[in-house]
Amino acid sequence: MASVALLAAAGEVGGDFFKERDVGSLCQAQTQHVFCFDWAKENIDRFGQPTVQHLQIVIPAILIGFVVAFALALISHRIRWLQPPLLAATGILYTIPSIAFFFLLLPVTGLGRDTAIIVLAAYTLQIIYRNTVLGLNNVPDSVKDAARGMGLTQRQILWKVELPLAIPEIIAGLRVAVVSTIAIATLAVLISAGGLGTQMYNANLTFPTSIIIAGAIVMLMALAFDAILLLVQRLTTPWRRATRA
Amino acid sequence: MIGQLPLASFVGAVEFIFSPQESSVTGGKKVGGFDKSMELLLKHLEVTILALAIALVVALPLGLYLGHRGKGEQLAIGLGNAGRAIPELAVIALVAVLIGVGIQNVAPVLAILGVPPILNNAFVGVSQVDRATVDAARGIGMSESAIIRKVELPIAIPTVMGGIRSAAIAILATATIAPLAGVESLGDFIINRNVYGENGLLAGAILVALLALAIEGSLALLQRRLTSDGLKVKTA
Repeated sequence: MASVALLAAAGEVGGDFFKERDVGSLCQAQTQHVFCFDWAKENIDRFGQPTVQHLQIVIPAILIGFVVAFALALISHRIRWLQPPLLAATGILYTIPSIAFFFLLLPVTGLGRDTAIIVLAAYTLQIIYRNTVLGLNNVPDSVKDAARGMGLTQRQILWKVELPLAIPEIIAGLRVAVVSTIAIATLAVLISAGGLGTQMYNANLTFPTSIIIAGAIVMLMALAFDAILLLVQRLTTPWRRATRA
Repeated sequence: MIGQLPLASFVGAVEFIFSPQESSVTGGKKVGGFDKSMELLLKHLEVTILALAIALVVALPLGLYLGHRGKGEQLAIGLGNAGRAIPELAVIALVAVLIGVGIQNVAPVLAILGVPPILNNAFVGVSQVDRATVDAARGIGMSESAIIRKVELPIAIPTVMGGIRSAAIAILATATIAPLAGVESLGDFIINRNVYGENGLLAGAILVALLALAIEGSLALLQRRLTSDGLKVKTA
């Protein structure tokens, strides 16, 4: 039984699942309370570290996912026949539920942050890839012809004409990817990768205050990233504002 | 940390699915096996279908209607975006604490995860139908409800089905952690790892992944069947 080591490691997490948390005397008499403000005030600092851990999972996952998906999109923009198989392959990665994906990778990459980052990065591929390809395909031929007429090379057309015009679609994809990744990263607690999920799952399950605070932080984080990406889109596509005004 | 070759782990998990294994944790008692796997798979499917049905009943008519009237764009799109930010773990943990355990409590809450993509896509699909087409239908005397059913919905099927597929996968994925709220599903193998052991953990993950791919595949097939032949020619 060489599997004992992994089992022990898994048990370590398993032990955390329903670990009673010290709720303190603040709300003990009223555990059925939906939200305990006294506890929230005293314990808000325990969400700092998990928030940082959450970002440490989400940001690398998005960056890796973006770089890979973007590269695949550029390659298949040149070699068109790659598009259907790549869409299908990323589609399969996107369909496998992340919880299943975490545990499928467990024997290969083990417990911890690396596995979480790999799974979440794989999850973002489909959304970013599909939107980047869509954005590039949507550039009108007349625009490309004009660029060619001005003497631009194939490479210049890609970087100076096609990609800038595809920015709205690319960023739309990134926004979906970032928001879903932030939400799904809460499940990283299942493979001991930390993050805000620890404050939902580790928490005493009869004490909802911690779950609500952690959930609110997750949603605020998603909202903040979404707003940042929207801002990036505005700054990188000044011509859209000009035509709209 | 990993005391076993990855391949051996997967072989163990596959054996677990088909025949009961002696778990090293339960001390000789056999767990898993084909019957148990099928039982949990069917329960997983049951809660998924129930939740998806609730989400469809709520979101599809609303999305189609709003798209037809061209109203409530912010509601439909905003809900679609906000829905993605909901952490499933918090939803399941909260339902167990505040509402209660069991399928009658969990299925409606899982349905909440399916509403945003269905509503969003139904709205987008219908509102993108060419207005001239709708006017033509109105001109030949079709009623508003007939326009939605016979003109807008068929044209919008790819988008509408895309939303239903997203919803189905989101619900199926979250049903995996439903055992936390007292609903049996394939997630039992994963959550109760102190009963099913390492093989069960991996077997659960394999079965959930296969089930998701099977559902996605069937819905893709259904979408193809529902799309009218005229539209297929155009997109090909």
